[in-house]
Amino acid sequence: MAEKEKLIEIKDLQITFGSGKKKFVAVDHVNFDIYKGETFSLVGESGSGKTTIGRAITRINPVSAGEILYRGKRISGKISKDLDREVVKTCQMIFQDPMASLNERAKVDYIISEGLINFHMYKDEEDRKRKVAEALREVGLLPEFASRFPHEFSGGQRQRIGIARALIMEPEFVVADEPISALDVSIRAQVLNLLNNLKKSRGLTYLFIAHDLSVVRFISDRIAVIHKGRIVELAEAEELFLHPLHPYTKALLSAVPIPDPELEKNKKLLVYDPSIHDYSVDGPVWEEILPGHFVYGNQKELDGYRKEIEESR
Amino acid sequence: MANANMEKAPILSARDVEIQFSLRGKKLKAIRKCSLDLYQGETLAIVGESGSGKSVFTKSFLGMLDANGSIVGGSIQYDGKDLATYKTEKDWMTIRGKKISMVMQDPMTSLNPLKKIGRQIEESIELNQGIKGPEAKAKALDMLRKVGIPDAERRYNQYPHEFSGGMRQRVVIAIAVACHPEILICDEPTTALDVTIQAQILDLIRSLQKELNMTVVYITHDLGVVANVADRVAVMYAGQIVEYGMVEEIFYDAWHPYTWALLSALPQLGVKGEALPTIDGTPPNLFNEVKGDAFAPRNKRALAIDFVEEPPFFEVSPTHKAKTWYLDPRAPKIEQPDSIRRLREKMKLKERG
Repeated sequence: MAEKEKLIEIKDLQITFGSGKKKFVAVDHVNFDIYKGETFSLVGESGSGKTTIGRAITRINPVSAGEILYRGKRISGKISKDLDREVVKTCQMIFQDPMASLNERAKVDYIISEGLINFHMYKDEEDRKRKVAEALREVGLLPEFASRFPHEFSGGQRQRIGIARALIMEPEFVVADEPISALDVSIRAQVLNLLNNLKKSRGLTYLFIAHDLSVVRFISDRIAVIHKGRIVELAEAEELFLHPLHPYTKALLSAVPIPDPELEKNKKLLVYDPSIHDYSVDGPVWEEILPGHFVYGNQKELDGYRKEIEESR
Repeated sequence: MANANMEKAPILSARDVEIQFSLRGKKLKAIRKCSLDLYQGETLAIVGESGSGKSVFTKSFLGMLDANGSIVGGSIQYDGKDLATYKTEKDWMTIRGKKISMVMQDPMTSLNPLKKIGRQIEESIELNQGIKGPEAKAKALDMLRKVGIPDAERRYNQYPHEFSGGMRQRVVIAIAVACHPEILICDEPTTALDVTIQAQILDLIRSLQKELNMTVVYITHDLGVVANVADRVAVMYAGQIVEYGMVEEIFYDAWHPYTWALLSALPQLGVKGEALPTIDGTPPNLFNEVKGDAFAPRNKRALAIDFVEEPPFFEVSPTHKAKTWYLDPRAPKIEQPDSIRRLREKMKLKERG
């Protein structure tokens, strides 16, 4: 694999909430890079910290240890005002619930151009209107919709408005936090296609956060599996599906519903039991077990995984 | 097993049900002549996009329609009575919870946040079985254990906010089955939950179904869930059932164009780098009279007659019927789309890797 340009680098990231006795470590020792132009997915159950990582990159959640680099520059912790503005502008976010993420009292016109107004990214009123119309058209809505309120739209249309709002800032990097979980099956396909087309036409890089592995396989280049704030496995999408190593990844894969009655009724459900890991003596490490395939485990487990790889070859 | 069911008389039989809502002085026909039979012990899944009326249709079986909605036509035969004629809450109380029960989609909103979990289960037992005091409590505790909640005595005295989403859904299920209903309707029971928890909840419902000998109706838009649980599937579109059959028949030999569209839009079948097939357009506005096949305007291969006359049900097999002119002997020969024919091989390939 040719050396690709790293857009985001995350090093030993730790995020905690609260302090003192109530301190809670939501994300710990997280390391990964996101290359330019790829779709990188974070998969895990609710409460695993996947959204927290996404929010840390867009500077919504503060980082307590480690750092996040964006194009080689540190963007976590205290940074200059100029850099902060740049990050806020070029790293956009698409939220999970289109019913809750749009201001009910504002017209679509304002919702979409709010970012433009904050950053003075337009020449005059006419230019702003043109940009809004363009953004609406790009996500498959009509420019006339600008004068309406969010409640007049269906879930799929609202999610498109959310996407238009992110796109108008001309971002380079988009964090999509479960953008399709709240949508209907038929609309899901439309929104996924839209995201894929925009990636091609705009050269976007995505961090895709999801709990549904079946969708993730279709859309992502690389997948990281996160459990209780730790990334347990990271690999290219197909590699992860064909040769999962970590028991949690296996459990997660076994739970994915397959739309085929015969396969689905005969499938075996694996349950992940974290107590199988004995890390008291032999401490776990984050190891690149195959080129591009990382897994978290201690030496004994890693040896087991290596044997598994040999056998499957 | 399912075939044996077919010979038995249905335990619930809805015929030509029509449901209307009055909204801002206008009439919305949410359900347009919908018929459905339920057989003892089976699992039926109703699929369709939001707004297709799948929730409204099943809610009418236990009198849970919103105040502005009513059944205006057809009949729902159950236990020798016609539920469509039930009007008062008193009538419905003989059915709801005792005979037919419902599990709602969102466990975050379907429990009372101010009441202890145990009390909420007890309430259902007291109301429907007339047991009170320690006896009801013992039953509630028993129910908690049955739905797999560990440490039931301690959990009994906790409030909903102390439970996780999956655990809350277990409590909701406990309340629904506390009085051993004959029919359990699960309205998107796992949509708000994680995949791993989803699998556990589906397992729980399945084991309860076996233990209590219930008939279960799933309402869902997740075809993966359908493949997992269902014996039979009914596909709903714009207030009507457009196709129904055994689960294998729907997945491998579907005939209605809407079923085709639903199946081929699955991300699991997508090829990376290619666009997923989508369903263009929107469902018809049910304020207006629908003419012909309701899906025709969104169907690229619609026939001329689809726009004029509503198709009747055509039989594909004794258990499988579809409401489309494609199956009329006079229709031009239409092949199932490649994506449907290849569905099976594709899924098998994916599984093997």
